[in-house]
Amino acid sequence: MKDRFNLYRFASPAVFYPLAGALIPYFAAVAVVFGLAGLWLGMLVAPTDFQQGEGYRIIFIHVPASWMSMFIYLVMAFWAAIGLAFNTRLSGMMAQALAPTGALMAFLSLLTGALWGKPMWGAWWVWDARLTSELILLFLYIGYMALTAAIDDARRADKAGALLLLVGVVNIPIIYFSVKWWNTLHQGSSINLAKSSMATTMLWGMLLMAMCFWMYSIAVAFMRVRTIMLERERNTEWVKNLLVGGEK
Amino acid sequence: MIHWASFSDFIAMGGYGFYVWSSFGATVLIMAIEPIIAARNQRTTIARLKRQLRAESQADSRADYRNSSQ
Repeated sequence: MKDRFNLYRFASPAVFYPLAGALIPYFAAVAVVFGLAGLWLGMLVAPTDFQQGEGYRIIFIHVPASWMSMFIYLVMAFWAAIGLAFNTRLSGMMAQALAPTGALMAFLSLLTGALWGKPMWGAWWVWDARLTSELILLFLYIGYMALTAAIDDARRADKAGALLLLVGVVNIPIIYFSVKWWNTLHQGSSINLAKSSMATTMLWGMLLMAMCFWMYSIAVAFMRVRTIMLERERNTEWVKNLLVGGEK
Repeated sequence: MIHWASFSDFIAMGGYGFYVWSSFGATVLIMAIEPIIAARNQRTTIARLKRQLRAESQADSRADYRNSSQ
């Protein structure tokens, strides 16, 4: 009898597909709850910033989007490493499912950054270390999606994409530490472990919004990974049974 | 508890209204559209795979019929 709980079982698409489908509504609901709480704290309760007036409130989406753009890339690089090391089917699908959301987060980070930079610095864009490395991150996402889409064989596409992801991961510490390593126009981080430079309500608003973005990303990546699974595994019994069984 | 004195204060955002609301508007738009596109892709993929599966099984049964009649 070998029916003890086994984590590796979830690496099988046939098991992961229904599990992801069942989890999507929960992640979506939690994202909405965190989002409403974060917006309430950030937009209605948090005080005015003494330097930036009310304009600082862009932080409640700018920072979560920036964090997610870096975090999603790290998760994709993790799956890339797993895929290359163990040749698992699921890892490439996970990386591909995450890429569009990561790209959108990087885009939002740059867009909200421009909308923040204009009133505070007087410029939509400057070629500063933080901004430039984040732009490179967006290009890495787009490059990954273009590369994997250009290769017909899914497994080879995964391998090529994984290499790109692992080489590009060097950019993440560069983004993160750019405000320390170089003199940049971009302000330093608002949170550090010793003391936070933010009011408590601001900090909590930002953390709640970050949780909202995180849960949102998981939900939408699960939606996408299910489509990728069906497409790639269309010749397997479990997908055929699913289709005959009336999967909508 | 609520920081704003009036609704129009809230909308004005101390003169930063355009920048703040553009940021939030773009985010809400993207977060509404992305799941809609993902859900639509899922539906169209399932419909297409079902069509392909039906076409294959019809082709199979025709082949069976031809083989049996020979």
